[in-house]
Amino acid sequence: MKRQIPMMILSTIGTIFVLAYFSPGLEELEKGGSIFFDVVACFAFFLGGSNLVRVHIQKIARHNPGWGYSIVTLFGFGLMLFIGLFKLGNPLGIAGAPTEPGSWFQIIFQYCVAPLSATMYSLLAFFVASASYRAFRAKNTEATILLVAAFIILLGRTQLGLVMTSWVPDWLSIAQIPNLAVFIMTSPNLAGQRAIMIGIALGVVSMSLRLILGIERSYLGSDS
Amino acid sequence: MSVGLITSVVFIGGGVLWILVQSVKGRDVDRRWIFLFIGSTVALALLFHIRFGEKATPIVKAAFNQIENLPEGASVLIAFDYDPAMEPEVGPMADCFIRHTLARKHKLFLMTLWATGQALMTNTVEDVLKPEFPEAEYGTDYVNLGYKVGGFGVINVVLSDFRAMYPTDAHGTLLDSLPMFNKVRSLRDIDLIISIGGGTPGVKEWVLFAGNRGNIPIVGGTAAVVAPLLYPYYPRQLVGLLGGTKGAAEYESELTGNYDRFKDMDTPALRMMGPQTMAHVVVMAFIIIGNIAYFRSRKREGK
Repeated sequence: MKRQIPMMILSTIGTIFVLAYFSPGLEELEKGGSIFFDVVACFAFFLGGSNLVRVHIQKIARHNPGWGYSIVTLFGFGLMLFIGLFKLGNPLGIAGAPTEPGSWFQIIFQYCVAPLSATMYSLLAFFVASASYRAFRAKNTEATILLVAAFIILLGRTQLGLVMTSWVPDWLSIAQIPNLAVFIMTSPNLAGQRAIMIGIALGVVSMSLRLILGIERSYLGSDS
Repeated sequence: MSVGLITSVVFIGGGVLWILVQSVKGRDVDRRWIFLFIGSTVALALLFHIRFGEKATPIVKAAFNQIENLPEGASVLIAFDYDPAMEPEVGPMADCFIRHTLARKHKLFLMTLWATGQALMTNTVEDVLKPEFPEAEYGTDYVNLGYKVGGFGVINVVLSDFRAMYPTDAHGTLLDSLPMFNKVRSLRDIDLIISIGGGTPGVKEWVLFAGNRGNIPIVGGTAAVVAPLLYPYYPRQLVGLLGGTKGAAEYESELTGNYDRFKDMDTPALRMMGPQTMAHVVVMAFIIIGNIAYFRSRKREGK
């Protein structure tokens, strides 16, 4: 039963979704399934939140390296949860949305979470610069092609590319760097992306069929 | 040429030359110098307000024209599916889309499939929509549906029925009491979907679960790293696409060029293109220097 019930649920729901996608008459059934899916997805928040707390409490208790950061994480998590749940400082009170303008939740998000998050992402620029100096080498033919393509795209994304090839006559406009960059994106890149997407789609179809037919059972756990 | 641009060019030239000399001599340039150099390049461009003009590429122009050609009063849904990390890149796109759609007197439906999107949507509404369009009335001209968990599951449901997933808007008002929802039952009643985001769920999910099935035109706005993955959907499934800061800057230039009321609007993407251009130049210089050093070292080893 421990194995049969999850397999039955998966097969039934999977079949409904596949049929509903191609049969407009089954839209209501699909809608019900999707709402059920959304309700289940809500529990991921509880699971994710409780897991975060458990992992960081363990880290603090064991004094693992960097356990001080875990205190900051737990403090931030608890603070946002408390303020968000009880709508502290919310101009519309408990009935207002947590992100109501002027609410404490929105203020902390706007002035702490958003800048910190954007700062972390912006650090990428430093690592990209360092990698471009140390790792981006024309070691073989494939790497050289990649390097030349990257170079044209980088130039094409700036005014410099336009200035450098503005002298090129209109009948040879494909040779202008911004147009070359567009060509790379819409031809070789497109072909490569399509090939990857078709491959992934075929893989997803075959894996979905294996799941629906009960051939693939790894999701049931190792003891199954 | 401005003083700022000359200063930046001299700084970049000097720095690149120093790194080139060190590399050619076979000396290892500490990565902290690289970090300092790229940081200073961006900082200089920001300090001196270095800006470059932008001209819309066909893919951005297509997005602009799609909104431009909709009949007045058309229903447009904007999905804010992004987080603060992506905000500097895609936030200006959201501002532009809000401005453009409301200037064309379209009806705006705002929603998000990302938990972090709701707060960012609030910022856009408070900073752009309300101050620049005080005549826009909530419930008649725009509505905020807020955030719902479930990703593509939410799209699946609203494709056939908005009210099944959103009995109320983000403020707890019943959808039936909002005039905008008198004629809108599902996504199929929406004339255009604008998906702004760079992750999952994002533009791709809107194309697959809403655009294809509901035959609804979709315009996308994404972070630069995601844009190449979306080209296969253009121009049939995705009628236009804005990729990264450059895409946003091109859209800003279209808006300022075509609408007098937006001539003096804030253009953060155009502002950011200066530092981005400078950073690109430095990265390209690093690639060249790195390869010169590599081939020289190979030659030495060969000897």
